[in-house]
Amino acid sequence: MTNTIADIKDPILSIKDLSISYDKHKAVKNVTVDIKRNTVTAIMGPSGCGKSTLLRALNRMHELYENIHTEGEALLNGLNIYDMSTIKLRRKMGMVFQRPNPFPTMSIYDNVVAGYKLNGIRAKKKEKDEIVERSLRDVALWDEVKDSLHKKGTFLSGGQQQRLCIARALAFSPEVILMDEPTSALDPIATSKVEDLLVKLKENYSIVLVTHNMSQAARISDYSLFMYLGELVEYGKSKNMFTNPVDPRTEEYLTGKIG
Amino acid sequence: MVESIKTLSDQDHSAKRLFKDKFVYIGVIVLSAITISPIVLIIAKLIIKGYRQISLDFLVQNTPDSFQAMTAVANGEIIPGGIANGIVGTFVMVVLAAVIAIPVGVLTGIFLYENQGKFIANLTRNISDILQGVPSIVLGLISYLWIVKHVTNGFSALAGSVSLSIMMLPMIVRSTEETLKMIPQTLKEAALALGVPYHKVIFRVLIPTGFSGLLTGILIGISRILGETAPLMLTALGSSMINIDITKPTSAIPLLIWDFYNDPNMIGLIWSSSLLLMAIVLILNIVAKQVAAKRS
Repeated sequence: MTNTIADIKDPILSIKDLSISYDKHKAVKNVTVDIKRNTVTAIMGPSGCGKSTLLRALNRMHELYENIHTEGEALLNGLNIYDMSTIKLRRKMGMVFQRPNPFPTMSIYDNVVAGYKLNGIRAKKKEKDEIVERSLRDVALWDEVKDSLHKKGTFLSGGQQQRLCIARALAFSPEVILMDEPTSALDPIATSKVEDLLVKLKENYSIVLVTHNMSQAARISDYSLFMYLGELVEYGKSKNMFTNPVDPRTEEYLTGKIG
Repeated sequence: MVESIKTLSDQDHSAKRLFKDKFVYIGVIVLSAITISPIVLIIAKLIIKGYRQISLDFLVQNTPDSFQAMTAVANGEIIPGGIANGIVGTFVMVVLAAVIAIPVGVLTGIFLYENQGKFIANLTRNISDILQGVPSIVLGLISYLWIVKHVTNGFSALAGSVSLSIMMLPMIVRSTEETLKMIPQTLKEAALALGVPYHKVIFRVLIPTGFSGLLTGILIGISRILGETAPLMLTALGSSMINIDITKPTSAIPLLIWDFYNDPNMIGLIWSSSLLLMAIVLILNIVAKQVAAKRS
């Protein structure tokens, strides 16, 4: 790997020698990387390069599937995520998925506080109201839905649903938000709204964003990782990487020769 | 060459094709009509023969004795009394069967869904399918041995319910598994990503999301066991009075139909009882279809 940033102090996430394999196939190979606090860090690369696989290792989603094995470690604020309970870890690491997936049986309101409801955490009505309003304001959805909070979340448009899902992840005040191509199922207008939102959210959260859309990474990320065939090829400030890539493979990807 | 192409394109098959088209079209309609005719004929026959007996009395009175029925028939009146003992018995036994079968079936369905492709799950699924093929009279026999002989020491509603619940079980297992399989994996991941423990994901996200599917399976299962007669003959036996003690012999609508069939004086009651049973099954099926349609 080239162009490593050695001087990230007090990283929010510190991934060390992480490898992930599906059955015998190694999808992510010995990735070591530190993620800076309060930034948007984009993971990009062509399909099948292991970017989503790497992201999903961070909240240990892979443990749902028996054929996926993970080696190495990842530290969240210096604590090994593999020593925590998945329940605790996932409350600190929110996740937003490729397709909007609000809970179809729940209202908009209940979707936002789903983390509390489903976990059986009792909160007063007033507290919940505050959480809902704050989270929906954070994702710029409040004005659009404040009069229909008790309608089903699935009645919203795709872009609104995705912002609702982001609000759901924010409700727990996580430290990191993992986003797996959050705009790939959205139209351009909804996409730009979500992108604006991410830039705003980094004030309070650290965001790791998987995207196959280079221009999106260029537009909103502070740091970028380029992965190719499971390897971390290049990591650096997005500004530098997009204008002056160090590794020839990065350059080939950015100029459209691979991918 | 040009000549032959011309003659080819000049050949006019359209009359033949139109005839074929019409022939197939009519064939499809006739065969469809044959398919639906039994149900139409059955319902028509039941209504024509049975409607005269249907009244409030029919729903709230016990079965008359043979002598009362004979007198009424001789005087050209409708047979007095009703089948309340059968209605209550069917209700008690079906509810009890559902109470036994639903938790076991739903939990087994969850187990199968969670262990796709594993040996023990495949084995369970296959055995459950085989159970579905076991003749109902055999289930009655087994329930007779287990419950009548050893638990209630006599014919009982409980024994009837046990045999019915075994009939219902595979249907609930299957519908639970199929319903859960249709729920997108991302929904499960969304809940897990919020730090929700696994059992809560199943009971508070997956089951509510698939609820209409589960309900459809349960309703279809209930409508299947409503008309079961053979296993009840060996277990619930029947009773001429309303009985809600599950350790005592109990009647059921299909059992009464069998009794009426065997008593020349009661023949008139067969049709009205069948009409009622048919109506309940029909309504359950329609409700199940509505619930299923609402889901999609």
